[in-house]
Order: sequence, then structure tokens, then C-alpha cells
Amino acid sequence: MEPSISIRNLDLSFGAVSVLKDLNLDIGQGEFLVLLGSSGCGKSTLLNCIAGLLDITDGQIFIGGRNVTWEEPSKRGIGMVFQSYALYPQMTVEGNLTFGLKNAGVPKTEIAQRVARAAKILQIEPLLNRKPAALSGGQRQRVAIGRALVRDVDVFLFDEPLSNLDAKLRADLRVEIKQLHQTLDNTMIYVTHDQIEAMTLADRIAIMRGGLILQLGTPDEIYTRPANKYVAEFIGSPSMNFFDGHLDESGFTAKDINFTVDGYDFANGRKHGPAWFGIRPEHILTGAEAETRPVRLSGTADLVEPLGSDTLVRLRVGDRLIWVRMDGRSKPAIGDQIQIGFNPARASIFDKDSEERL
Amino acid sequence: MADVTTNPAPRIIDGPRGRKPTRALSGRNIMIYGTLIVVALYYLLPLYVMVVTSLKGMPEIRMGNIFAPPVEITFQPWVKAWAEACTGLNCDGLSRGFWNSVQITVPSVFLSIAIASLNGYALANWRFKGANIFFTILIIGAFIPYQVMLYPIVILLREAGLYGSLTGLIIVHTIFGMPILTLLFRNYFSSVPEELFKAARVDGAGFWGIYFRIMLPMSLPIFVVAMILQVTGIWNDFLFGVVYTRPENYPMTVQLNNIVNSVQGVKEYNVNMAATLLTGLVPLIIYFISGKLFVRGIAAGAVKG
Repeated sequence: MEPSISIRNLDLSFGAVSVLKDLNLDIGQGEFLVLLGSSGCGKSTLLNCIAGLLDITDGQIFIGGRNVTWEEPSKRGIGMVFQSYALYPQMTVEGNLTFGLKNAGVPKTEIAQRVARAAKILQIEPLLNRKPAALSGGQRQRVAIGRALVRDVDVFLFDEPLSNLDAKLRADLRVEIKQLHQTLDNTMIYVTHDQIEAMTLADRIAIMRGGLILQLGTPDEIYTRPANKYVAEFIGSPSMNFFDGHLDESGFTAKDINFTVDGYDFANGRKHGPAWFGIRPEHILTGAEAETRPVRLSGTADLVEPLGSDTLVRLRVGDRLIWVRMDGRSKPAIGDQIQIGFNPARASIFDKDSEERL
Repeated sequence: MADVTTNPAPRIIDGPRGRKPTRALSGRNIMIYGTLIVVALYYLLPLYVMVVTSLKGMPEIRMGNIFAPPVEITFQPWVKAWAEACTGLNCDGLSRGFWNSVQITVPSVFLSIAIASLNGYALANWRFKGANIFFTILIIGAFIPYQVMLYPIVILLREAGLYGSLTGLIIVHTIFGMPILTLLFRNYFSSVPEELFKAARVDGAGFWGIYFRIMLPMSLPIFVVAMILQVTGIWNDFLFGVVYTRPENYPMTVQLNNIVNSVQGVKEYNVNMAATLLTGLVPLIIYFISGKLFVRGIAAGAVKG
């Protein structure tokens, strides 16, 4: 099927500074793609390029099969939602929703229809005559989404839309955005630095760093089989535990400890040499369950963070610190000896030099 | 536990409690209010003398007590200053200068603000190639002393056939208002969130659409600030008025000078005072009407919306 958005060999540089390098990305019809990365990785820049708000240096952008590389933002068939809402302060909610349609010369009856539909979907009907200043943060962001909705376009672009909201509202609106996508079924590109948003919303996640896409895959792929050490560290909280050591026939050796890596699914056959062995805190078991795992270690509780649902425990194993996610009911005290165990099949092993997955 | 409920011990004990008391007559207050009153008197006293003197007849003024209130209030000096005082050949008072000043100020203020706000908008939001160089050159213009440019502009206006006319003076005022006003507008528009501008572009608004329908309605305070700066600046201008116009086109300030500094006959202090007050009336009214908006506009850059 024809991709909804196709980015081909995109380059963007400001003077001598290269921000996006030879970037290729195809986004399917109705797909929810999340661009994830820490600040300065180029994710918002990429979104602005797709929207046409930044002039690109080289490459092409196709939206809906049409080459829009030189098109104005308004002619690209996109709607965009910004982090700061970017509502026009002097216009009412209705004015905000209709501004773009009036500019495009849409007939009045159709404007009214579209506004009514968007207001109904987003439940902002009672707010239509208010000014943005009289709205709460969540309501403002709804109106901003509505402004994209009335444009009746195939592609929605979200630029960190929930970052300005408090935690509770963020979770609520996240659900609403997901529902909106299920209802409308149009293509959405969503920029965020929040991995929870990325994991929960995305069909596919593109993890970016330094203007490059490090890994593009489903949330599950990214979580279970991170392509490199950066991705492995970026996804998951607390982040993955790493052992610095050496891989050989006997298994993995990290200074004083040695354990088997049988069951690990090597990407290109078993390799030997210096490596990072990574295991997520939630894949380390404790107590009686630990006994059943192929690899068993023992450590001293060093720091305890109770979260209610879980308890995060930092263990001192030899001279290294390992985070373990325990059941919320277990309440270890500092200094307790804790038996841990894990299965190397759930681990991720990365080459020491290239930091790529082995 | 039971003991606590039956006989709750008072939790509040003697000692400081609640809001800290302030003394009305503390040394600090006396210093502050004392200084303010002295400074206010220092500023208001000349104004008081002017108002009082302008309401006295000449015999009363000759008695020499400038601080005494008028025994017999007369508005004759005001009438004379407005309609009868002689400047050079004409004897129709300040009224001629007033209308000249209105004809100079209104178009100058409108033109300079219209052009400067567009300049500022383009510089802040449509970063074109060489925008920074253009802006730097414009700002340097603000630091060149007027005196340096006086004569070259005389020649330019003469060559353009505008020397001595109101149009010429309006052009001069518009040009000289440009650097500072452009700076003012550029900084204000820069403080408008960039995403708002992006949203408008996605919504299909162009250069003029964004200017008139997004930026302009958002920027009322800064327009008021610019208007106040320009109205007072142009109304109070003396130098350009005297250099670039002919006597029949003199603005009010130049006429005032000619009335007050005339060396023939008796010095009519009451008429001079009335004339001065009349001249100062326009900026004063502008301040009173828009003072609040002025403060808001000045402070607007500091607070994020």
C-alpha cells in the first residue's frame, strides 16, 4: 500500500550545523508513529519539516502520494497541535476553530458542520464562545486538537501536546488521543520525550538521537529487543542494568561473576569478545522465584523506593549497583541480603565497541 | 487520649502570633513618604506657579508675590494666548500653531507606527536573509546625533521640493521615529510565542493575514506605548519644526517660543504661562487617558501570557 507519508533522504542543516542527516521514513495509512528522543535529538525539527514550517536542505517529502516538498504548510493536508496550545488569544474557541477554514474559503454551512462535529467529538460544545484565557490547560489542548480536526485532513502532527499538562490530565488526554485515533483512523505523527506516551500510543516508535533514527519498531520490539545500548537505556524506568564484561564459550564473565547466556537469541550467531550484558529491573526475580532461574546472584539492599504497586530496590552486587523491581508488598530493609535470579533469554547483549545488539 | 478530648491543652501559647504588626510612623515610613512629598513638591511647585500666574492680571503680577493665589481670577490671558498673541507678523495667537501641530502629529504618528510595526513584525517573525544586518543598521540610526543630519536633510527636502512644507516635516518625523519604534515592535513581536505564528501558517494565513488578524489584535498595549512616545515626541519637537518649516507652518512649540521670547513691549507673564500650559495640554491629556495601558505595554515583555 502507498505510504501516507514518505520522507526520502531528508537533510536539514542550519549553516554548518547538520540537524537531520539523510533521513528515510515511511509511515503507513492510519498509522500512529511516535518520534521519541531526548531534547535536541531532532524529533521536533523533523515534525516541522513534515509540516513545512522549516525549509529543508535536501531530500523529498511525500504526503498522501503527493510531493509536498515545496508546498506551504496549509497546502500539505496536515493539522498540527503544539505544546503551548498556540491558540489565538483574541479569538473565541469558535474563532480559533474556524480561522483556518475561513482562510481556505470553505463555505459557511460546511464550516458550521465541521465545527459542530469536532466540538462533539472533543466535548467542547459548551466552550465555543469562550476566549482561550478562560479555559483550563486540558480544555485548551482539546481546542488545539479541534483546530486540527476541523481541517478534515489525513495527517495529524502532534508536537509534545501533553508536556504542559499535569500528570493526571496528561494520562486522561493520552487515553483520549488514543481513542481519537481509533475513531478517526488517520495517520498521526506524535513527538514526545515521554516514553510512557510513546509506548502506550504508538503503532511504531522511532527513537531518534543526533538527527538519526536509531531504531524504528513496534513498542514491543523496542522494549524487548532494543537495537543498541542507547535505546535500551532510554526505554524503561528505572533503566536497564548493565554488566561490563566479556563473552566467551563459558558464558558471560564480568570480573568476579560468571554466568551462562544459554537461551539468548543472538542476532547473527553467537559471538565472543568484550560486551555489555543488559537486564531490565522487571526481569530480575527475587526470593523463591529466583531459584528457578538459570542465573542466580546475591546482593545487599542499598536503597528502597516504594511506589505502591511496585517496590524498586537498588542492590549492591560486588561493586556494582543493580536495580530490581519487586512486588509492592515486599518491604526489604537496607542491608538485607536478597537472592536474585534471571533468565538470559530476556536479556540484551551489546557489543562493547559499536554498542549494537549482538 | 480521653484526657486530651475532655481538656484540650491550648496549642497556642503566649508570644508572637499571626501577622507581624507594622507601625505607621516607623523611621522607614517617614523616610519614604518624606522623600516622596519633597520630590513631588519640587516637581509640582513650578506648575502651581504657572497655573496661578496665568489666572492673574498684570497689575497683580507686578506686586511680585509669585506664590500667592490670584485675588481676582481672569481668563483673559488664556484667551489672548490662544487667539490674539502676536508672533512675528501674525496676531492670531497659538491657535494657528495648534492646528499646524495637529496636522503634523496625526499623520506622522500614524505613518511611523504603521511602518515601524511592519518592520518589527517582518524582522521578528519572517527571518529573511540579512535581517540582522538590516536591523543593526536601523539601530545605529538611533545613535547618530540629529544635528549631524540636519543640513543633509535640508538639501534632500529642497531637492524633493518639500522644504518648508508640512509634508516634508511629516516625512522627517516618520524617518526619525523608525529606529526606536522598530526596536520596540520587534522586541514585542519576538515575545509572542513562535508556535502561534506556526499555527497561523498551518491555518493558511500569509504575511498580511498573520499581521492583521493575529499579531495586531494581540499587540494593542505596544501600539499604545508607541503612540504615546510618538505623540509626545512629535508634539514637543522644536528643532525639526523650526528648521524644516516656514513661519506660516510653524508647529505650536515654535510659536510658543516666539511669543515668550519676543523682546518688544511689556513681558506679559500671564499670557506666556497660559500659552505654555496650552502647548503642554495635548501630551498631558494623552498621558492621563492611556497611562494604564502604557504601563501594561512596557511591562508586557516581562510576563509570559
